[in-house]
Amino acid sequence: MGKAVKIETSPKTWDDIKHTTCYMCACRCGIKVYLKDGTVTYIEGNRDHPVNGGVLCGKGSAGIMQHYSPARLRSPLLRVGPRGSGEFRELEWEEALRLATTWLAQTRNEDPKKLAFFTGRDQSQSLTGFWAIQYGTPNYAAHGGFCSVNMAAAGLYTIGGSFWEFGEPDWENTKYFMLFGVAEEHSSNPLKKQLGKLKERGAKIVSINPVRSGYSAIADEWLGIRPGTDGLFVAALIHELLKSGNVDLDYLQRYANASWLVIDDPEGDEHGLFARDGEDNPLSFDKISQSLKSALLPDIAPALVGEFTLEDGRKAVPAFQLLSQRFLDEGYAPDAVSEHIGISAETVKRIAAELAHTAFKEEISLDIAWTDWAGRTHEKTTGRPVSMHAMRGISAHSNGFHTCRMIHILQVLLGTIDCPGGFRYKPPYPKQTPPWLKPSGKRSGNRLAEPLGGPHLGFPTGPEDLLVNPSGSAQRIDKAFSWEAPLAAHGLMHMVINNAAKADPYPIDVLFLYMANMAWNSSMNVSATLKNLTGTHPDTGEYVIPKVIYSDAYYSETVPYADLILPDTTYLERWDCISMLDRPISEPDSASDAIRHPVVQPDREVRPFQDVLIELGARLGLPEFSNDDGTPTYPGGYPDYLVNHERKPGVGPLTGYRGEDGQSYGVGAPNPEQLDRYIENGCFYQHHLRDEQRFYKHANRDYNDWAVEMGHRMLGDQIIFQLYLEPLQKFRLAAQGKGPDVVPHEHRQRVETYFDPLPIWHMPLEEELAGGEDYPLHAVTQRPMAMYHSWGSQNAWLRQIHGRNWVYVNAGRGEELGIADGDWIWITSAHGKVKAQAKLMDGVNRDTIWTWNAIGKRPGAWNLDPEAPEATKGFLLNHVISELLPERGGYRFSNSDPITGQAAWYDLRVRIEKAAPEEQGKTYPSFEPQKRAAGLRRPPEDVAFKGDKPGGGV
Amino acid sequence: MHPAYSVILFTTASGAGYGLLALLGLGAALDVEFPQTYWFPLVALGLALGLITVGLLSSTFHLGHPERAWRAFSQWRSSWLSREGVAAVATYIPAGLFGLMWLGDWDGTMTWQSLGVLSAIGAAVTVWCTGMIYGSLTTIRQWNHPLVTPVYMVLAVSTGASLFCPLMAAFGAVQPWHIVMAAGAMGGAILMKCVYWWSIDREPRVLTIEAATGLGRRGVVRQLEAPHTQENFVQREMGYSIGRKHAKKLRAVCLVGGFGLATSLQALALLAQGPLQTGLLAASIAPAAVGVIVERWLFFAQAQHVVTLFYGKHFA
Amino acid sequence: MTSLPTAEERSGKKLGLVIDLDTCVGCHACAVSCKEWNTQGYSAPLTDVDAYGSDPLGAWLNRIHTYEVATVDDMPNRTVHFPRSCLHCEEPACVTVCPTGASYKRAEDGIVLVNPDTCIGCKLCSWACPYGAREYDPSHGVMKKCTLCVDRIYNEHLEPEARQPACVLACPAGARHYGDLGDPDSAVSKLVAQRDGYDLLPQSGYKPVNKYLPPRPRRTGVEDGAAAEPKVLEPIAKGDGSLSDRFFAWADQVLTR
Repeated sequence: MGKAVKIETSPKTWDDIKHTTCYMCACRCGIKVYLKDGTVTYIEGNRDHPVNGGVLCGKGSAGIMQHYSPARLRSPLLRVGPRGSGEFRELEWEEALRLATTWLAQTRNEDPKKLAFFTGRDQSQSLTGFWAIQYGTPNYAAHGGFCSVNMAAAGLYTIGGSFWEFGEPDWENTKYFMLFGVAEEHSSNPLKKQLGKLKERGAKIVSINPVRSGYSAIADEWLGIRPGTDGLFVAALIHELLKSGNVDLDYLQRYANASWLVIDDPEGDEHGLFARDGEDNPLSFDKISQSLKSALLPDIAPALVGEFTLEDGRKAVPAFQLLSQRFLDEGYAPDAVSEHIGISAETVKRIAAELAHTAFKEEISLDIAWTDWAGRTHEKTTGRPVSMHAMRGISAHSNGFHTCRMIHILQVLLGTIDCPGGFRYKPPYPKQTPPWLKPSGKRSGNRLAEPLGGPHLGFPTGPEDLLVNPSGSAQRIDKAFSWEAPLAAHGLMHMVINNAAKADPYPIDVLFLYMANMAWNSSMNVSATLKNLTGTHPDTGEYVIPKVIYSDAYYSETVPYADLILPDTTYLERWDCISMLDRPISEPDSASDAIRHPVVQPDREVRPFQDVLIELGARLGLPEFSNDDGTPTYPGGYPDYLVNHERKPGVGPLTGYRGEDGQSYGVGAPNPEQLDRYIENGCFYQHHLRDEQRFYKHANRDYNDWAVEMGHRMLGDQIIFQLYLEPLQKFRLAAQGKGPDVVPHEHRQRVETYFDPLPIWHMPLEEELAGGEDYPLHAVTQRPMAMYHSWGSQNAWLRQIHGRNWVYVNAGRGEELGIADGDWIWITSAHGKVKAQAKLMDGVNRDTIWTWNAIGKRPGAWNLDPEAPEATKGFLLNHVISELLPERGGYRFSNSDPITGQAAWYDLRVRIEKAAPEEQGKTYPSFEPQKRAAGLRRPPEDVAFKGDKPGGGV
Repeated sequence: MHPAYSVILFTTASGAGYGLLALLGLGAALDVEFPQTYWFPLVALGLALGLITVGLLSSTFHLGHPERAWRAFSQWRSSWLSREGVAAVATYIPAGLFGLMWLGDWDGTMTWQSLGVLSAIGAAVTVWCTGMIYGSLTTIRQWNHPLVTPVYMVLAVSTGASLFCPLMAAFGAVQPWHIVMAAGAMGGAILMKCVYWWSIDREPRVLTIEAATGLGRRGVVRQLEAPHTQENFVQREMGYSIGRKHAKKLRAVCLVGGFGLATSLQALALLAQGPLQTGLLAASIAPAAVGVIVERWLFFAQAQHVVTLFYGKHFA
Repeated sequence: MTSLPTAEERSGKKLGLVIDLDTCVGCHACAVSCKEWNTQGYSAPLTDVDAYGSDPLGAWLNRIHTYEVATVDDMPNRTVHFPRSCLHCEEPACVTVCPTGASYKRAEDGIVLVNPDTCIGCKLCSWACPYGAREYDPSHGVMKKCTLCVDRIYNEHLEPEARQPACVLACPAGARHYGDLGDPDSAVSKLVAQRDGYDLLPQSGYKPVNKYLPPRPRRTGVEDGAAAEPKVLEPIAKGDGSLSDRFFAWADQVLTR
């Protein structure tokens, strides 16, 4: 008998809904924030948003708890105790800004390079970078150097785009999707959404990953590869495809530099460079006219193989021939690599056969006419429905740049770039290959304060673009764009503190950090980093890094190590811009950018970092931030800048609603109502491409003309895939002593070895130096889908899901080592040891252990109980990762990719052994608890959130 | 299952109280020669109703809202817990009247005897309901067993009898058959408990993690990750388990040091007389109490809830 | 009233969820979204005890397990993510054991609810539920459970397309589906029929309304006619000489741009 109970089924638990952009991770989903009496009550996905289309991940839904976290800093702080003590005094903003201005002004007047300004997961890089240009320091970068610069750089050099923000699979049409080294972080909602759709459509998903979690778990096929050997796997696929003639020759000769002739003159200064005509055009051999012609001409039949004689008598061969020779080598045959990669030769061969079948037997054709760069109209758009996506598992290895290039080249060989069913660029990509943008900041002598000539981060195409002194030594504090890391397109944030503490290449005055937990999970080798931050001069007792300014919204592990804290707001309290000038939120068929706006006002003495930076710029009198009369250029702070700043005439941070009437897209005068229009539109603007612009963007006249019009590109030329990457050969020639550039002795052999213009696979450097019997296992980390970096641990909801981490060991391997589920084990690398509790699992490569990243916390950090499981049972693998490689030839190289400087934290090699009975139960190393900083409140014991503000404690 | 002390105290104390009440009520109906002093009903019925009341009160300790406990009388049509509440409260009426009549020298009357019978029935129904609260739960194999409710009944009688005999003896009114009955009930409890344990140890454990998740046709299932890294309510409430060895020891304590010792003391009392007999019978209360408390603790601790399968236990 | 609605009283509507174990990536989006909505919804609040302390304990209405399933026959070892919440059973024992009538099953749509104003917090319902669907909120002394977002699905203040459980709307992978499982023609019923959806612990006799879609068999060949496809690519055979000679001969086909 059911008695009807009257319940309220239409409660209205909100009085307002505001749209903005999520910042619980880097995905930039659109969200709707429900508010009641000014309190955030509910956050859900925005159905109209191009990124997430209404869905929202666990982090996004837990935004409320982030926003109301008791770890939020409450006012500016000035350190009063020794560094690391957590002893601070609260400051008024005016005092804090005055102090920061004094410090920064002094440094700028003496030598601007002595400011190292590094921002972490910063989504306002077009502002922060611009500020650093105006300040005049060459020492600026964000976190890309330890994130995924290999992926970005290899893609940009090779195909003018890459994965994630640069491009993605054609989810609607692809039939075969390969996922390399992807844990669950980047592009997380879009990927999940599309994987669900692929499953629904029955497209095959293959995941190549040492660990079978998340996406790998739902893949049709999981290949538990040995870390750092993906390049061998891809090389074996290429071997099979070439051997069987399953490459798209037509596509290659149209869109890649396959036919470009490479000079074969081993003794000469130009060996390995492209043969060029008098106008610097690369040459091909035209089989119709039987002569050398500019490779850029549309109507030739260029030879892809053969040996040809240049006018000066030197020999030259097409790049494709060199590439084929490289990969037809039996060393790359499936049978040769299978044992090393941990995947059977049979499987490798089958995957190659499946790729060939899907690409060439299941070609698709859409009724879309398009016109190519040479003006030829194609009635249909055809595509080879194989697509790929790769991320950090590939890039965070010292062989990552080459492996990433191999993946892109595999796509090119199959003819799947920007076609239906293949990989597709997102505007403003693709860009010219190799990229035209060069790093700025090269200095001769110490010039006084003046702006840099251009952006800090760029893409060198030869030794002449490096930021080095005549002796070959580095000019940047992180040694980016030096011989240590010539193609360091995102800088090397992970080396800054180490280098600064050693005054190598020079000491600095001010370390200015934003949103990067460098004293904990964002650094390799945490203990040394803390030592570097607290190191003093033996004579003076002064800190070696004299001043540290830090902006963070929360009481992270890094706060106690800074001198001046400029507290930031939460993401719901600020303006922000996901700009076309940086990395926007475009989709393959549309160009989009987005904003954040304050949906609630801060209740603490905190200010958005971008406002603070603009104000500091004005106070310092930086050009572009202050007018001639000394007044601020943007008195309204960041929103003022977003609307009124123009990078070039008509081009500003936002593309939508430009022009005085708000009707222009892309280029137009600043519109004072631009931000209001964005807010009305759900905080994003989406410009849809026309049908004829959608595919083959690298060679699509209509798209490229549009890109030029929008200022995304300088010229509307065809973008040519660089199978053979000539710039690398230029570095190699220099290392061989050819040409004017001095390569310091210790770098010569390294550059010669790794700067191969064709992709190679080489053993990860740590494995080569400290692998073998002593350290038989790989150790890698992944980021859990419900937790992003360290931000999550303060979150009352997310920390329940991941309050600690385990070390996962292959069940069979664990048994052999006498390790049972729940045992505490020592993980020892050449650098150090950490103790963690083990869990056995089947879904992990036999030679690999792994854990979730950034769960372990310092006791007391993030305003958690010092006995929190994060601190007692959670651990970081960072403790056993060194920022430097073991010594070789009297020099310790950075533990990074030798080409890009990407931190090679997935190269880690370890051994494991069971801890003694008396050692069970707690992690090691243990750190002194972090004192609760001034102004921070004791967190409430219980949280019973019901749309009111959670109890604030005392 | 988590052995909550309030529930253990409730079921054992009220069990003994109802047992004693039932014996007194039945005794009245069967013309047992009770001591001719109002002290006896005062002490004996007082003890019975006291134990019942303490037990019932303690059972409200584990409620989230004890002040709403009255609501529990409403769902007697479907809920054994509600039935238990109704029966428990209803039993106070005949038991109270029974006591008042006894104290008012109306004992021996037909009405008094009828109230005794009604009290006994009430006690039996209440204990039966208590047993059925557990016995009806199909989620716990060790509880959803035909012997669970009978064991509750027989333990109520035997612990009640363990109180009844020394009380009678203290007033000089104990008869050997009373002791035989008490020892017999305790012996019955031992026997039933042995059969019960033997049975739950041997029963095929048909429910597995594979069956629970439905993933069994795909192979052996093991939990890699629980939903959260700290234990949740379900794990804390339902996930309690004790080792086989530990359980075996406690079973021995229950049977030998508890019920066995109590029966032995009662058997010895049959041979003794006077204060010694009273002393022996009184001494049997402690082991009987130990036995029933350990029994009840094990009843919870050894009960494995089906939900533990989702949390990684292989069998339930 | 904890007696279940009679057959006559029931509307025939059985609202519930269908959870696709083949697609769930284990991201916990559904669980957190559920927590977020319901901590201020019908069951408000879902307390987190010791929220920033050493042993946090929160009430959640939806939780995600991860299982590893060992190799059997030709099916490879695999990982399965497994969301678990109230199944809104047709014959729920959690309702009938409730002594106060706080737990009840709605006749109109089959949703099982707890009335927080009459629950005495005896926890017996949590003992009766084989699925671990009920969680006690110690600080409020009442039992909490999935409401199927009864305060969303009929909520006139929400846009029609938002009138779905929060977990379903949030799920990025599309692994959760909501609808009327009493209607054989509903999308969810068809999905269940097509994908062999199953009940958890059917032997319990509680007749869960929610269904689980089993993981699909893994495919190691391409979709159509996979068996007929070659598992190995044949080297280029045409021409003479070594493999690279043959390859170069093949690659030298005249192609104009």
